[in-house]
Amino acid sequence: MEVLLALVVGGLYTAGVYLLLQPSPVKLIIGLGILTNAVNLLIFTAAGLTRGRPPIIEEGLSRPIGPIADPLPQALILTAIVIAFGVLAFALVLFSKTAEITGEDNLDEMRTSDP
Amino acid sequence: MTLLPVLPILIPFGTAILCLVLWNRPGLQKVTAALGSVSLLVAALILLAVVRREGYLVLQAGGWPAPFGISMVVDLFSALMTTLAAVTGVAVTFYSLSSSEQGREIQGFYSFLHWLLMGVCGCFLAGDLFNLYVWFEVMLMASFILMSLGGERGQLEGGVKYVVLNLVASAFFLTALGVLYGMVGTLNMADIAQKLQRVDQPGLSAALAMLFLTAFGIKAALFPFFSWLPASYHTPPAAVSALFAGLLTKVGVYALIRTFTLIFTQDFAHQLILVLAALTMITGVLGAVSQNHFRRILSFHIISQVGYMVMGLALFTPLALAGSVFYIAHHIIVKANLFLVSGVARRLRGTEELAHLGGLLRTAPWLATLFLIPALSLAGMPPLSGFWAKLFLIWASFQEKNYLIGAIALAVGLITLLSMIKIWTKVFWGKVPAPQPEQHAGQQKLPLREALLLYLPMASMALLTLMISLWPNLLFQMAQEVAAQLLNPAQYIEAVLGGGA
Repeated sequence: MEVLLALVVGGLYTAGVYLLLQPSPVKLIIGLGILTNAVNLLIFTAAGLTRGRPPIIEEGLSRPIGPIADPLPQALILTAIVIAFGVLAFALVLFSKTAEITGEDNLDEMRTSDP
Repeated sequence: MTLLPVLPILIPFGTAILCLVLWNRPGLQKVTAALGSVSLLVAALILLAVVRREGYLVLQAGGWPAPFGISMVVDLFSALMTTLAAVTGVAVTFYSLSSSEQGREIQGFYSFLHWLLMGVCGCFLAGDLFNLYVWFEVMLMASFILMSLGGERGQLEGGVKYVVLNLVASAFFLTALGVLYGMVGTLNMADIAQKLQRVDQPGLSAALAMLFLTAFGIKAALFPFFSWLPASYHTPPAAVSALFAGLLTKVGVYALIRTFTLIFTQDFAHQLILVLAALTMITGVLGAVSQNHFRRILSFHIISQVGYMVMGLALFTPLALAGSVFYIAHHIIVKANLFLVSGVARRLRGTEELAHLGGLLRTAPWLATLFLIPALSLAGMPPLSGFWAKLFLIWASFQEKNYLIGAIALAVGLITLLSMIKIWTKVFWGKVPAPQPEQHAGQQKLPLREALLLYLPMASMALLTLMISLWPNLLFQMAQEVAAQLLNPAQYIEAVLGGGA
């Protein structure tokens, strides 16, 4: 399972980076979306997968028996998803506003502020 | 449990919310913003005094013990950085009371200014890497908005580059966090420092060090990741660029110093950082020489100055680290001040192209004086603060027998002087040029109230620079204490985890 997920994560990074390098703002945004999700999946996978063992302590016990799934990565991913969502929403608005004002939808042409 | 360690976060938080509540009352917003920034400075100074006496202040959020809960850790480095952030915050807030154009406060300018300060202070106080990531994002989000507020063409195009590269940096940071958590199962910095030594995977931890170096390198504008900075920093209003120039890259430098003294202390990482520092200094200063726009020149100098700060980290001796800390303190004050000066020049003349400026020495002699102090200090002229900062670093490099980096630092200082002289001759000397047809006229005469609000922050920052210049030993002593703390991670670990862990 880890190997499969590792391959998926690698594929998502590749796709994300490829799209980031495109001159179209829309592809860039999609690339960012894919990249952030790749990172989330990486956190999930790197922390170790435990199947079918929820981190719940049975009644009457003070600690769980045997190995349990680590709940912390999920908390981290949840935070990361929320942040990525907000940032992506902002980026969408920024890109559409930029396209509106410059009349340009090619990132390679947006050079007025370049050194 | 005392709340003192998180006051620098709570105060801007409260101020920002109040500014949002007072959305339709620009006058009250201004008062709130000013009061908020001053109380932030007071809180930061108290924090600095307390930490200097006690060494470390640790707050475990929610009362959860260290490796499980989120810790806010204040050591002398954090406290000093927080104080510097507050100083810049006060100066920029007061400056923008006059300079922010009509309507920006309706769009929430002051609120986002304080969100930004909250994010910056949060970064300095976080004792947990994931928490650091969250503060980074708070800071970035606020800076994205401040960057594009107003919606001029240059701002939006610069903003696009700024946003995308910083998001990529965040993705690197988060990737590193994921791998790190997989390795050691903790995110508390002190706990990581302790556990990473016991993990025998040199390859993986080297890869992690590189991931962190990339993530923080992008935010600190290190070579070769700096391209977003000169494309965006000159586009927003001067007050905003001053805040960015003073604080944002320095948060990246702070994170680099924190992680590479506490967590990753391998030799090769510091050697790589040394090479990057040299290249950063050289490319930054050469970029500045090729520019003919007031704030673009200053933006490129930020890059070359970041090279100096990181050089101290790379040499990794007590003197070099103290030099770095001294350099950061000097640089924040000087750089923010230079950007504020450029804003007034723009107000007076309506342009920042060197070719269309000139003769400001005659029409605004005080502005010329206020430019000269930080500019010469930036170039490292004795006896100004930049001279001491460079002296400590170059001295440290010669002690380490690393003559090449010392020579590069000296040469870069010389070229910096060259480009400061270029600004001086083209902006302040010479005749007042005929206005260009497309150039909108500046205000020849500023009303007294506005002039006071513009000049007071600049004058206080210049005064601060002069104080550091005349009594460098006060700051240097503190920098040495900071370096001693940074080079003794065992103390930090014990302060956070307690002796028993």
